[in-house]
Amino acid sequence: MRVVIAEDHALLRDGLTRLLEAFDFEVVATVDDGPSLLPTLLEQKPDVAVVDVRLPPTFTDEGLQAAIAARTRVPGMPILVLSQHVEPLYARELLGDSVGGVGYLLKDRVSNVGQFIDAVHQVAGGGTVMDPEVVARLLERSRPLDVLTVREREVLAEMAAGRSNAAIAAKLFVTEKAVSKHINNIFTKLGLPPSDDDNRRVLAVLAYLNA
Amino acid sequence: METRDWMRDGLRAVAGGALAIALSLTNVVLFLLFVLALIMTPVLGLGLVLLPLVTSLVRLRAEAGRGVAGWWGVPVARPYRPRPPTIGFLGWRAYRWIITDPATWRDFAWLIPGAIVGLGLGLGSLLIPLYGLQGVVLLPLWIWLGTGWYGYGVIWPIESVSEGFLSLPQGALFLAIGLAVAPYLRRFDAQFARLFLAPTRNAELRLRVTELTVIRADTVDAQAAELRRIERDLHDGAQARLVALGMTIGLAEEMVERDPATARRLLAEAREASSTALVELRHLVRGIHPPVLAERGLDGAVRALALHLRIPTSVDSDVTERLDTPVESAAYFAIAEALANVTVHSGATFAYVSIKRDDSHLLLEVGDDGHGGADPSRGTGLRGIQRRLAAFDGTMTLSSPPGGPTIVTMELPCALSSPRTTLSSGTD
Repeated sequence: MRVVIAEDHALLRDGLTRLLEAFDFEVVATVDDGPSLLPTLLEQKPDVAVVDVRLPPTFTDEGLQAAIAARTRVPGMPILVLSQHVEPLYARELLGDSVGGVGYLLKDRVSNVGQFIDAVHQVAGGGTVMDPEVVARLLERSRPLDVLTVREREVLAEMAAGRSNAAIAAKLFVTEKAVSKHINNIFTKLGLPPSDDDNRRVLAVLAYLNA
Repeated sequence: METRDWMRDGLRAVAGGALAIALSLTNVVLFLLFVLALIMTPVLGLGLVLLPLVTSLVRLRAEAGRGVAGWWGVPVARPYRPRPPTIGFLGWRAYRWIITDPATWRDFAWLIPGAIVGLGLGLGSLLIPLYGLQGVVLLPLWIWLGTGWYGYGVIWPIESVSEGFLSLPQGALFLAIGLAVAPYLRRFDAQFARLFLAPTRNAELRLRVTELTVIRADTVDAQAAELRRIERDLHDGAQARLVALGMTIGLAEEMVERDPATARRLLAEAREASSTALVELRHLVRGIHPPVLAERGLDGAVRALALHLRIPTSVDSDVTERLDTPVESAAYFAIAEALANVTVHSGATFAYVSIKRDDSHLLLEVGDDGHGGADPSRGTGLRGIQRRLAAFDGTMTLSSPPGGPTIVTMELPCALSSPRTTLSSGTD
């Protein structure tokens, strides 16, 4: 699987490269500043990109901007955004096109290597992975989601974190059938029209983020 | 006072008197021009052009008067309101800005009295020594030219050479009196100018407010920049290192079964990285508020700083008691910046720091034996010191002639954080 890495800190760039290569990813390009990121993404068309939010020259949110721009040109280009702090606002901007294939994680998550590699795979496969921190911060104030039951909100939070039905079932100690029933209820209550299941999952997460 | 100092002062004052006479004449011209400009205002609005021109000349003249008063130990501050940035040099708005500034009218009121006093005192300080000089050279001239003056001093007329000789001591006396009195006349002239040219209490307060506004903006800017720097340092330094550390440990965890040798190497790497992160954090903390400053105060912190420098640095301090924390911090960073400049730019082999205080001020001096030529307008270091100190109404002056030595003198108002207590040891 072909990966592009954008990270300005040499130590982290090398670490990420080493980590991904250890799990049979092919790192086709590494980028250390904002302006060269977008052209590289468009030229390499990687299977997934791992992008730091803050890059030179302005050290603000070049990485995020480049990721959004790349996904406007190539809808659904899988991008996993890493950051040292998470902002629900940024998560919403990333998910704004409701296509999926995005992730937004704290850099700390990298140290749980297995989960991190899972997340990269899920994003590459068109899934949505939100950091538990983003989810937690949203749970603190989710008003329009009051229509959902407590259990449904738990399921939605797990969905936002990028878990499959099977994984959610295992985590919440219920059957997979119960999970899919909850998910259907969520879709109905949030008024999401029937369509391809993956896309609806993204929309549900987006509704969650917009709440 | 030594005779030479006394004579030099006297001669300087006599020259000052001559200058005062010349300047007094310009006062009269400026007065007439100013009146003309005022009268011309209704005539085709000519005053709108003339008045700003004449006023800038008057202000030039008044500034010269302030400068001269400063020479004689009577500092006179500039009283004018700052020109609002939106108005041009000429035209109605400039006109209004000028005529509504009371300082304009005080300048105007000074022109004629200033001319009269300047002329009178100037003639006084010039003519007395000149008359004395005439007495000293009278006899030789008289003999050389063969024609006589009618009389000198108390002897009228002079009828013989022996009477002529008497003009010598008299002349010397007049010369001495003239030279002795001239500096006093100059000082009196300066005092008189100050009556008109100094800012009124009101103007002084207004100027102070303007100054404080600038200082406040600078301070806020500096603080914001400082916070941003700390955030950047943390983000790119310790935080990034901890992430990398976690990553390395995570990878090692994955490897421990499959490839124990690599896992062990990764763990060693991780340990290394954790100590690097700690070093970076320590540096950062030192840049925010050095622990030794918190523990030992200014004296101890500066001594600790001096030990770290590449060139030998002596610290002479009589401030062992604790100062207010903000003052202490400002003083420490000002000294640190000055010493950093010494090690980087001066080429010095030796530096010294002196920390003293009087009742209300902390007096800092940092000097070196380097090649001098430091310029505060270049480089941000010295300007940074100025800004840091300005927040406390402190000042920095720099003396750095080419060839050295460079001396940075800093002064900032301070109060002890606790009242000074009498020490039982009796040392102070």
